[in-house]
Amino acid sequence: MRRLRAYAFAFGAMLGVATGRGRRKRIVPEGPKAPAAELWVVALLLLSAVFAVGFIVVYATGHWPNRTQFEGIALGGSLAFMAAALIVIGKRLVVTEELTEDYPEQEHLREQVEVSQIVRESGSRFTRKRLMQGAAGAAASALGLAFLAPVLSLGPALDTDELRWSPWARGKRLVSEDGNPLKASEIEENTFYTAYPEHSSRNDIAAPVVIVRLSPQALKLPRARRGWAPQGILAYSKICTHAGCAIALYRKPTFPPIEPTPALVCPCHYSTFDPATGGSVLFGPAGRPLPQLPLAIDGAGHLRAAGNFSGPVGPSWWGVRKKPAIRPKGLE
Amino acid sequence: MIRRVVGFLDSRSGGAPFIRATLRYLFPDHWSFLLGEVALYAFAVLLATGIYLTFFFHPSLADTVYHGSYAPLQGQKMSEAYKSVVDISFRVKAGLLIRQTHHWAADVFMAAIVLHLMRIFFTGAFRKPRELTYVVGVLLLFTTLLEGYLGYSMVDDLLSGMGLAIGYGVALSIPFIGGNLALLIWGAPFPGDPSFESRMYIAHVLLLPALIATLIVVHLVLVASRHHTQFRRPQRGAGDRRLLGVPMFPAQVPRSLGLMLGVAALLFFLGGLIQINPIWLWGPYHVAQGTNGAQPDWYLGWLIGALRLVPSFDVTIGGYTVVPNPFWGGALFPLVVLAVLLGWPWIERRISGDRGFHNALDRPRDAPGRTAFGAALLSWVFLIFFAGSADRIYLFLGWSYEAQIWIYRGLVFVLPIVVFLITRRVCRELQQIDAVDRRREAGEAETRTAGVSASRA
Repeated sequence: MRRLRAYAFAFGAMLGVATGRGRRKRIVPEGPKAPAAELWVVALLLLSAVFAVGFIVVYATGHWPNRTQFEGIALGGSLAFMAAALIVIGKRLVVTEELTEDYPEQEHLREQVEVSQIVRESGSRFTRKRLMQGAAGAAASALGLAFLAPVLSLGPALDTDELRWSPWARGKRLVSEDGNPLKASEIEENTFYTAYPEHSSRNDIAAPVVIVRLSPQALKLPRARRGWAPQGILAYSKICTHAGCAIALYRKPTFPPIEPTPALVCPCHYSTFDPATGGSVLFGPAGRPLPQLPLAIDGAGHLRAAGNFSGPVGPSWWGVRKKPAIRPKGLE
Repeated sequence: MIRRVVGFLDSRSGGAPFIRATLRYLFPDHWSFLLGEVALYAFAVLLATGIYLTFFFHPSLADTVYHGSYAPLQGQKMSEAYKSVVDISFRVKAGLLIRQTHHWAADVFMAAIVLHLMRIFFTGAFRKPRELTYVVGVLLLFTTLLEGYLGYSMVDDLLSGMGLAIGYGVALSIPFIGGNLALLIWGAPFPGDPSFESRMYIAHVLLLPALIATLIVVHLVLVASRHHTQFRRPQRGAGDRRLLGVPMFPAQVPRSLGLMLGVAALLFFLGGLIQINPIWLWGPYHVAQGTNGAQPDWYLGWLIGALRLVPSFDVTIGGYTVVPNPFWGGALFPLVVLAVLLGWPWIERRISGDRGFHNALDRPRDAPGRTAFGAALLSWVFLIFFAGSADRIYLFLGWSYEAQIWIYRGLVFVLPIVVFLITRRVCRELQQIDAVDRRREAGEAETRTAGVSASRA
């Protein structure tokens, strides 16, 4: 019974507010009614519901062509109609009076003073502040380092020699993508080939090499590399020395006036390397020549490595020019 | 009913005064203030779609063979990660819609942040007392950049592998510690230890989103505690001391919700209708493969351009490669932009000597120096961004790639200075036009009152 009376009271109060007869002054001004806008909102909300149901239907009815497009239209449409309904509400159905108020206080000077006072006064019993600060600093930094130490398990950060690893060595045969040993007689001019070391992991930036054939007269290799290109066949690391992308483009001179020489080009930042001169940089950002792999042709006519790369493979780091490429320990 | 709910909550949390104040928090009414909200709502869509994607994505580089419905990849060797994304695209119902919406949302998120930053910068909204809000916003921009990069990198398609190779090259190029740092992050020389995929995954789905969400909360709390800035409207009393705006409830809420749903609608339309990052066309990544015409998502274009523009050199001293080449474009350039943006409120304060509180915004013309500097910085970054598309221009228009790069290398130094001078001049001219207008209006008003008094006499 008491409850009922409470409800009745609340209802009366609501009516009172709604009709402006209440004892309380309104906070939100009343504003004119807009029945047409209400109808628009109802229509838009119903359309939104129709599209949402449409999405469920599209989703449920299995595989048909262009399903993703219909899903997008249905879900996007439902959201768009609901957005439109809310915008109509915002523009036409709620009061949007502009009010003014003061910006909040810029500074609380009393509290600022009190905070610093509390902090300062709380330390009044300490007499050896410097010493305490030093000890606390030592403990905090040592503990911090202790927590950081296990981070070194993430990788061989203290041994950058791993960056020089290369699976190549004297005598390794060069195999093609499908694993067959490459024959010198298969290598033609004006195109390029990708090769890997036989019986080694290929998922390693030091593994892939590009092979091109130039006419032996066109070669201008450094003196120390005279024998590295039998019959004019050259092998270079396929990984750009700029940022580690694969050298996937071979520019054979189709129009000699502007492209005088063949070149190996990286499609990421267009570092351009000259295969005739030992991989020197012709254009683009790379700072080091492409590492060259010395080649030999064995009795069966197969291409073999005659040694390791002329330098470490891949992008430069602090010590890249200090030592040559190495074979990791534990490999045959 | 409402009264009862409020009563329940208030007596248990003491929150009624806070709710009362929040409902009547004032929002200045200007369209450009919605850009930040667009970013916020794009982030909400990113979270929702991203959570859905984690239900299907395998963060693993283990080898597997594809036997799904997409014929061209049939029987191909690939990683679990790549296969699971192909499956999300073709096998999971609505998977492609959600995946593409996620990708589009990332692009829109970044664009909205950049536009929002431009609004803040050019109107001087970053000035005291809002420097911290601004700094948090700039940090958000760069955190989001990294988040987006990791997102498309962990898919392990050809494009993402190329992007990671570049990231590895840039990490290696950091002076002194680059080699150690790259080995620490990747766990082994590129393409790295298999656990690198898990590292990217946890960073992309937990660490960075948590950081971004935290920064967003701090950003919004700071905005609310100092209240919004506004353009001056002297006739309505809106200036440095008094704020003019519509209250949060009921006026702002439907607009803002409408905007949220509108942003979500746009993203789902894009995700459903406009293909983005069709990874089944790129194929799985292998270190020996690359594709011509590879372009990253737009927000990384400025870094590609910078990496391409640097001429061929490594700085070497005594056999040590002190500064490998990718450092300039890939690390130093974005760090310089970050430092300039972060430091700008204090740099400007140094130059102008203005240490006062500012709630009212400048029109860009009213701060010619700042506007000119901002335009110069923006033109510099976008010039380098366009340099990243020189290979596409070569393809479509046949202009020599090398010649274009040399032109860009020159423009990088000239254009910002030219833009600075022109912008400053234009701002000053506009200010003078305003001054002339004000004088004319004042004069006309005087004539009117003089005429009135004359006729009375």
